Amino acid sequence: MNERLLMNGNEAVGEGAIRGGCDCYFGYPITPQNELTAYMARHMPHHDRVFVQAESEIAAINMVFGAAAAGKRAMTSSSSPGISLKQEGLSYLAGAELPMVIVNVQRGGPGLGNIMPSQADYFQAVKGGGHGDYRLIVLAPASVQEMHDFTAMAFDLADKHRNPVMVLADGRLGQMMEPLTLWDKEPLPPEKPWALTGAHGRKQNIVRSFYNVTGALEERNRILQAKMRIIEAEEIRYEGTELEDADVVFVAFGTSARLCKEVVQKYRAEGIRAGLLRPITLWPFPSADIARHAEKARLVFVVEMNAGQMIEDVRLACDGRVPIRFHGRLGGGVPTTREIRQAVDAALADLQPG
Amino acid sequence: MAQTPVYSRPDVLTDVPTFYCPGCGHGIIHRLLAEVIDEMDVRGRTVGIAPVGCSVTAYDYLDIDMSEAAHGRAPAVATGIKRARPDLLVFAYQGDGDLASIGLAEILHAANRGENYTTVFVNNTVYGMTGGQMAPTTLVDQKTTTSPDGRDVATMGHPMRICEMIETLMNPCYIVRSSIHAPPEIRKTKKCIRKAFDYQLAGEGFSFIEILSTCPVHWHMTPGQSMQHVKDVVQKAFPVRTFRDRPEERDA
Repeated sequence: MNERLLMNGNEAVGEGAIRGGCDCYFGYPITPQNELTAYMARHMPHHDRVFVQAESEIAAINMVFGAAAAGKRAMTSSSSPGISLKQEGLSYLAGAELPMVIVNVQRGGPGLGNIMPSQADYFQAVKGGGHGDYRLIVLAPASVQEMHDFTAMAFDLADKHRNPVMVLADGRLGQMMEPLTLWDKEPLPPEKPWALTGAHGRKQNIVRSFYNVTGALEERNRILQAKMRIIEAEEIRYEGTELEDADVVFVAFGTSARLCKEVVQKYRAEGIRAGLLRPITLWPFPSADIARHAEKARLVFVVEMNAGQMIEDVRLACDGRVPIRFHGRLGGGVPTTREIRQAVDAALADLQPG
Repeated sequence: MAQTPVYSRPDVLTDVPTFYCPGCGHGIIHRLLAEVIDEMDVRGRTVGIAPVGCSVTAYDYLDIDMSEAAHGRAPAVATGIKRARPDLLVFAYQGDGDLASIGLAEILHAANRGENYTTVFVNNTVYGMTGGQMAPTTLVDQKTTTSPDGRDVATMGHPMRICEMIETLMNPCYIVRSSIHAPPEIRKTKKCIRKAFDYQLAGEGFSFIEILSTCPVHWHMTPGQSMQHVKDVVQKAFPVRTFRDRPEERDA
């Protein structure tokens, strides 16, 4: 029988990583994700695995680079300003096709911002973030259970595609406590014949992202892009709630989606046909699924804890075929279900003819 | 009459021309590494890290498993590799811009933690690959593209002496500065590399070899003048000596 525990989201990520087969964790303090680093410091050594508190976020991501290059399952975590510092490293990891997991427990920005929950790193997470053409696979949990499960699952996804995977959470998900069923699948990391293990009895392996011969880097990018198309074909995940006959389609992820789900239930109780599409993968983005459900709706409503970032991808998906409205809170603000309702009601009233 | 070769290409050194400039020290230092890896018979368990700089493609010349590292981050990458696989022999090859400027935090903290890998720090007092800019190790009054009137200590500081900085830390087991300006110095440098690798395999901890090297192109000198310059000038700013040899001191 699966063990059931009460944990906060940050610790649930830590335990998910351990159960997902994380061999090496490299961290650096930043609020609101410190419980995760502390959890790894306490627990990794007991499993004979590696924990290092790095001297900076930059060092931590490059330690991940080394451990991943050596063929191990490696991970780092941080919060928004620290994730910005790791972007160079993510670009190198993606360029060298090294699998790894990174967790962003987002806080308010820009700048030092605050330590309240936010979703304002959406663009950075899903559009690449660092320099060059690449994407991270981005998973957006909406509960402590998903913080745990998605982290464990992220290691398999990373290994499957040899690509960095980000778990994009927020300070509320990191700090809140919920009951949790522990991940109990045995980690099965694949063989990594490309890893740096010492070239005993074989040709040398090289981990690189530098291709300075004319045309070589373009060819290299074509290979990376082909991989991105495979990820788009295979890894899109979303959760649909009351979508089949929905007239008002909410699109929201993470904490915002939890709130929208509540609003959907209230509308349904009143006989209004509302539904929610919650992208679980923010990249690859469930564009076709959003378009399919939006076509039947009279309103698509996007809620985010930012100034309107994912809504750009929703607009691209819907291609002007349906009215799309937005409600967002900024700088660490979290919307209430009441204000979401008011915003949707106003939008619906606006759409009434004449 | 049968002839016995006394000097041949080490197995680990690939049989290709390097893209290094005439008189550059990288070729000599690569060869020393290859000789030591051959002599220790450790190709099958060695991983090297190439820096950002002229030697970024060192993996084209050293036939071993190698990784690139972001500019300055080789000590963090080495930490990751070595912690992940402690059975490997790991070395990071870094230049003076890479190690002493952008990567100063990483090298000092890796040294302070006593990470059990070896750093080969090639100090030629200038950024080579980017076209001859001032490095932290650029000599007083040395002209570079970014110190066109010479390094002015009042606004640009003095050359940073990294061995001396690392000596302030407790965990490193072996800290040495050597040179390659003449055959005896080259032989001594090889012994330093061998010693550091032996210490690493014995689990002694962080070892650091600074090698005074050349950059004839950006020094505006001939290869011969460059070697003489290391001997007469560079060595004065960066004294060649052993700063710490803890295993030897302990066993003496």
